[in-house]
Amino acid sequence: MRERILMMGNEAIAEAAIRAGCDAYYGYPITPQNEIGNYMARHMPERGRVFVQAESELAAINMVFGTAVAGKRAMTSSSSPGVSLKQEGISYLAGAELPAVIVNVQRGGPGLGNIAPSQSDYFQAVKGGGHGDYHQIVLAPDSVQEMYDLTMLAFELADRYRNPVMILADGRLGQMMEPVVFHEPRSSPPPKPWALTGAKGRKPNMIRSLLLGEGELERHNLRLQKKYARICRAEQRWEERNTADCDILMVAYGTCARIAKGCIASAATVGIMAGLFRPITLWPFPSEPLRRVASSAKCVLVIEMSAGQMLEDVRLALGGSTPTHFIGRMGGGVPDEDAVLQKLRSLVRSLRKRKSL
Amino acid sequence: MKKDIYIRRRPKSLTSVPTHYCAGCGHGIVHRLIAEVVDELGIREKTIGIAPVGCAVLAYFYFNFDVTEAAHGRCAAVATGIKRVLPDRIVFSYQGDGDLAAIGLAETLHAANRGENITVVFVNNTVYGMTGGQMAPTTLTGQKTATSPCGRDPVTMGPPLRMCELLNTLDRPYHIERVALDSPAGVRKAKAALLKAFRVQLENKGYSFVEILASCPTHQRVNPAQALKFVGEQMAAEFPPAVFREEGRVAHA
Ligand SMILES: Cc1ncc(C[n+]2csc(CCOP(=O)(O)OP(=O)(O)O)c2C)c(N)n1
Ligand code: SF4
Repeated sequence: MRERILMMGNEAIAEAAIRAGCDAYYGYPITPQNEIGNYMARHMPERGRVFVQAESELAAINMVFGTAVAGKRAMTSSSSPGVSLKQEGISYLAGAELPAVIVNVQRGGPGLGNIAPSQSDYFQAVKGGGHGDYHQIVLAPDSVQEMYDLTMLAFELADRYRNPVMILADGRLGQMMEPVVFHEPRSSPPPKPWALTGAKGRKPNMIRSLLLGEGELERHNLRLQKKYARICRAEQRWEERNTADCDILMVAYGTCARIAKGCIASAATVGIMAGLFRPITLWPFPSEPLRRVASSAKCVLVIEMSAGQMLEDVRLALGGSTPTHFIGRMGGGVPDEDAVLQKLRSLVRSLRKRKSL
Repeated sequence: MKKDIYIRRRPKSLTSVPTHYCAGCGHGIVHRLIAEVVDELGIREKTIGIAPVGCAVLAYFYFNFDVTEAAHGRCAAVATGIKRVLPDRIVFSYQGDGDLAAIGLAETLHAANRGENITVVFVNNTVYGMTGGQMAPTTLTGQKTATSPCGRDPVTMGPPLRMCELLNTLDRPYHIERVALDSPAGVRKAKAALLKAFRVQLENKGYSFVEILASCPTHQRVNPAQALKFVGEQMAAEFPPAVFREEGRVAHA
């Protein structure tokens, strides 16, 4: 059997990045993700790779930009306030079509907020965040093993699509410990003939996002949109639990999905048939699969650590076809199983009432 | 004489694309000097340039080697990200005063303080050229710009920021030099300074910084000939040309 190692979520991300062949890590300390930088500081130099503690998140994301320009694999990590600072850089990465991995171990906001887990950067992550019409691929792990697996996938997807990829985790996933099985990357990085490595025996390469020619920027945007459509078709990922004959379909990602998973069994003991649809890619959002799964449920319950951000994408996906309810906590609050169960009970009661009318 | 070969011939490191610079602008001269230096050192095929956001934003069209864009002010961070993973390439950034000394000051200072083995070419023309002649960190006291219409008042706007002097307080920079593009002699000095700076990097000695006082007739509000005088007299009085750091040692404080 493969060896299982007990690890913190943040460290699993760092270890996965190293095994995925991350050539350089740049970061600026911020809780609750410091273990990533600390781990990289210990383990990157000993492998002859690059670790730089940047002077800010702005500098860190632009160092990532530089390493991506050079055709090497780069990662940066931060938490909410720091990720806000990275938005300019992410927009440039998307515009210049550079691969990069960005980790956001979310904490409570807005502002300095607190250091408790949160999911309130969903909009920022999936709706743009920076300026311009762009998308980053957003992966949402819900276990320490997935922190590892999805980080490894993030490097692959970033290279495949020449696009920034974000791991959207939260403080609880970052801080919790679980056993992890390490696996090696499925493939090595693809050739990058576009990279700047010195124009030896070839024409000079340039990397830019400034396109001033008549119609040039619109054509570039159209091409980007085609790429995003391709990603939407090929890369939607999700998990289903007990969805076949559930009355209430819970929709949750990350930490909230763990809570929902716990609720399925306890709801069953009181006769409530609840299932879970867990988006693993938040962008592209698995809208079609969700619509399909939700069509057999009586109602949908979205659970988030936000005021209801993913809720908007769920409603867009369902287009009013299934009644959609919400339970959320903010500012670092985490919904507990009891609260979710209570909500499930009240939903069942109103479903029954409606039926008896 | 070897120096004169360029009078008849374009350096290989310069493309034949006509630049968009105004008549009398210093940027074109600096581009040419960099291209000559890159040619002379034989490093064209391993040089990676970083263009700023500013009037020189299109530098990647003019240089005949690999060049990337960087977000406004972030050149030194991008340079760090390239050089750290490609240590045997020659990496330089090309930046204006707004880019380097205002929005990118933190990146500039920290890359210098880490002693990154890169070359920074700083074109100081005392104004934000690209956005229409606003006040820069290096605008002279009393100088009129779009955003200091009555002249820069050091009491409310601060006095001009002197970058060579600032960087000279750090331990790690290996070469720091300021030159003025106000005359043929100034141009020759600028080339020598660039040659020195690139050589420092080539020899893995560390961080090199060349500040070039340059004309922007359009926003210095004078004609091209007067702009050269402005550079050589008013600018040079505020920003004295000198070698500040040589062989890693303070040469001039
Ligand atoms: C984040 C951001 N802020 C502002 C701008 C607008 N902008 C473009 S160039 C520039 C200043 C350029 O001045 P300088 O660096 O002195 O270079 P010059 O044009 O004089 O060569 C500014 C403010 C921008 N592109 N990005
Ligand atoms: S505005 Fe000034 S810096 Fe810009 S191209 Fe014209 S002269 Fe040169």
